Amino acid sequence: MAIVKNDSVIDQEWITLDAEADLPPGEENIIVPLARFKEERETLIGRNGGLGVQLNPGDAPEDLANDLDRLSIITVHFPAYTDGRGYSYARVLRERLGFKGELRAIGDVLRDQILYMHRCGFDAYELKNDDDVSLTKVRAALKEMTVYYQPTGDGRVTAASLRERRRAALKSAS
Amino acid sequence: MSLQVVTANRLDDGLVVFLTADGGWSENIDQSRIADGKEAGDALLAEASVPELDTVIVGPYLIEVEQQDDGLVPTKYREVLRTKGPSVRQDLGYQAG
Amino acid sequence: MYRYDDFDRQLVLERTEQFREQVKRRLSGDITEDQFRPLRLMNGVYLQLHAYMLRVAVPYGTLRADQLRQLGYIARRYDKGYGHFTTRQNIQYNWPKLDEIPDALLDLAKVEMHAIQTSGNCIRNTTTDQYAGAAADEIEDPRPYCELIRQWSTFHPEFTYLPRKFKIAVTGSPNDRAAVKVHDIGLRMHQNDAGEVGFEVIVGGGLGRTPFVGKTVRDFIGKNDLFSYLEAILRVYNRFGRRDNKYKARIKILVHEIGVEEMQRLVEEEWAQIKGGSLRVDDAEIAHYIEQFAPPAFETLSDDDSEFERRKAENREFSNWVRSNVIAHKQPGYAIANVSLKPIGGIPGDATDTQMELVADLSEQYSFGDVRVTHEQNLVLPHVKKADLFSLWAELKNANLATANLGYVTDIISCPGLDYCALATARSIPLSQRISERFSDLDRQHDIGELKIKISGCINACGHHHVGHIGILGLDKRGKEFYQITLGGDASENAEIGKIAGAGFSEAEVVDAIESLVTKYLGIRETGERFIDTYRRVGMDPFKEVLYGDR
Repeated sequence: MAIVKNDSVIDQEWITLDAEADLPPGEENIIVPLARFKEERETLIGRNGGLGVQLNPGDAPEDLANDLDRLSIITVHFPAYTDGRGYSYARVLRERLGFKGELRAIGDVLRDQILYMHRCGFDAYELKNDDDVSLTKVRAALKEMTVYYQPTGDGRVTAASLRERRRAALKSAS
Repeated sequence: MSLQVVTANRLDDGLVVFLTADGGWSENIDQSRIADGKEAGDALLAEASVPELDTVIVGPYLIEVEQQDDGLVPTKYREVLRTKGPSVRQDLGYQAG
Repeated sequence: MYRYDDFDRQLVLERTEQFREQVKRRLSGDITEDQFRPLRLMNGVYLQLHAYMLRVAVPYGTLRADQLRQLGYIARRYDKGYGHFTTRQNIQYNWPKLDEIPDALLDLAKVEMHAIQTSGNCIRNTTTDQYAGAAADEIEDPRPYCELIRQWSTFHPEFTYLPRKFKIAVTGSPNDRAAVKVHDIGLRMHQNDAGEVGFEVIVGGGLGRTPFVGKTVRDFIGKNDLFSYLEAILRVYNRFGRRDNKYKARIKILVHEIGVEEMQRLVEEEWAQIKGGSLRVDDAEIAHYIEQFAPPAFETLSDDDSEFERRKAENREFSNWVRSNVIAHKQPGYAIANVSLKPIGGIPGDATDTQMELVADLSEQYSFGDVRVTHEQNLVLPHVKKADLFSLWAELKNANLATANLGYVTDIISCPGLDYCALATARSIPLSQRISERFSDLDRQHDIGELKIKISGCINACGHHHVGHIGILGLDKRGKEFYQITLGGDASENAEIGKIAGAGFSEAEVVDAIESLVTKYLGIRETGERFIDTYRRVGMDPFKEVLYGDR
């Protein structure tokens, strides 16, 4: 297991709690499922220590709209890589709600989906491989393609806008 | 009593193959290793489903066959087509010789 | 016609290289079949009954001569000398080797083609009217919008792992030849009260095991807003479409379960958030794409060509072909020529390497190098001078490509069925061949008139049987093939799902059953009625009676 972010392997600094687990007493950084966040919101935001939320398929990222400033991290769970709901959640969080913290893909995260995740706004990937293999995979995945048709929140320039620039340049040159 | 053999598609060219007596894969159903009964069939399929074979074949499964005068013939028409080739193009597939 | 620029070219080359690496990783055991399957499917590679199958995208059914010629080359080099044109206006090869497919894809890339997203739970090849840019009844050429949809949907990062596959069709004509009402999204161009041309948006149509005619979620969406609107629909589907059951995962089930009003509400709510965003396409960009599909350099001609008329009068075979296979063109003196891939007793939609090369040559000679693939599995030369029709016909005839049966009872849509397909439950090609032979007499076909028979070899309905005037579904009944007949289906602007006539027929009985339906129709039709019109007038009972008597 390794987490890759910003072209390096990072430490796991978060404890993920399920619906039942006791809250740790100290200032540990914790991630709770959205449902638990909604139920125990007051307690959770009153605690010391970092707070994050895990979105599972079927959750509504909009439920976090008013609390995004309080969250350092949101993890999006892909129970199977074929379940693509997390891609929409990421775009809604980044492009609509303006979430600036870490957006981490967890679960069935495989090399061949990482570029799509990145384009939708993820910036961290938890892979099942060891550190070196994970880093190699993420690096390879992110540079596999260089042409993009869709404008998405990752800011990569689209073919359409490059074409438009070129047309404008040709026009001003003539 | 039911006779069974294991079939799959070969990974590199995709063609239909059958598990042979020596553990290899043949395009000819008559070279298949035959399992008699459910237990033997399950064992045969288990042998064909080991991870090491993932780079040799794709999707192994058991089919029922009958021993006829001219060799082994699958009981299901779908599998007969697989041993021969498309019925509408007798010039193609194994039937083309 | 649209030409790739360096961005399109680069994207396809990168994808080809990416797939080459994926194949290498698969062959070396670096990734398992389970991990590889979705990757190969996203590149059009299936594993079928006998071998791999490669499905190549023909975007909106439009081909240039050099592309069709290359498809012929690929058939010879990587396959067994033929290909199969499909109901998605694509072409399939039945025998490619996995380790050679990357090379085949590179050869396709050389002519600006690929196999991207011809399978998988993503947005598939967008289809449209095969007569786009040529049809006399067209409001506007839909292809510029199809090309924009192609780009928007290619490697869409958010919509590559949808609940299920997703198909979009567009028609620019009120006479719908693209079956838009039985697609996940159907777009119908029309003019609103202000005189602007835009799209009616129809959602949730589809065939398969639960067929539905789509429902209108919006009467009119302007061209600039089309893409944000599509994105809104896809996002609603990606988030809320069912993923618990593969057979209930298409958008039609979502629309059916929540109702069209709720669907409309969700889509409008989503759209309101994104409509002003970067997916809005401005007029200048649309104009740029319209320019790409500008009409070829037509000559100014009289619509009457005396030579053409003389040939028709002299040669009955030619005039029969003109009557069935030639369609009115918007440009005076030109016509649309349909090339039938349904020779009597042949395999519907199959074409050999040399036939493809010949049609490519003929398109250069007679049709500005423009060829179309139809969802009914034929080819089209869209811009032929009437004066050239006779020579064109003579050359097609030499290659067995001039069967005069377009829209007739032997112009049958058929999926590959159990002869090739791993999912099929029964064969469909042999049945289409036997029906074709039974009705081979051309005079009889002309007398019967338009009659659309569509055959599927399993419940997935690739042969569109639900929308056949007569539909045939092949099933497996205790190890034997048997065939269920549906009546009254229609894929046009008057779309209808056919109704099951009753118990199925054995392989031996089914051709007689079809003939008895046709005989009944001939006996009771009123002047000018097609089979479907008669069926609509009299209903199922008279036909049921000839099929089952007192049974």
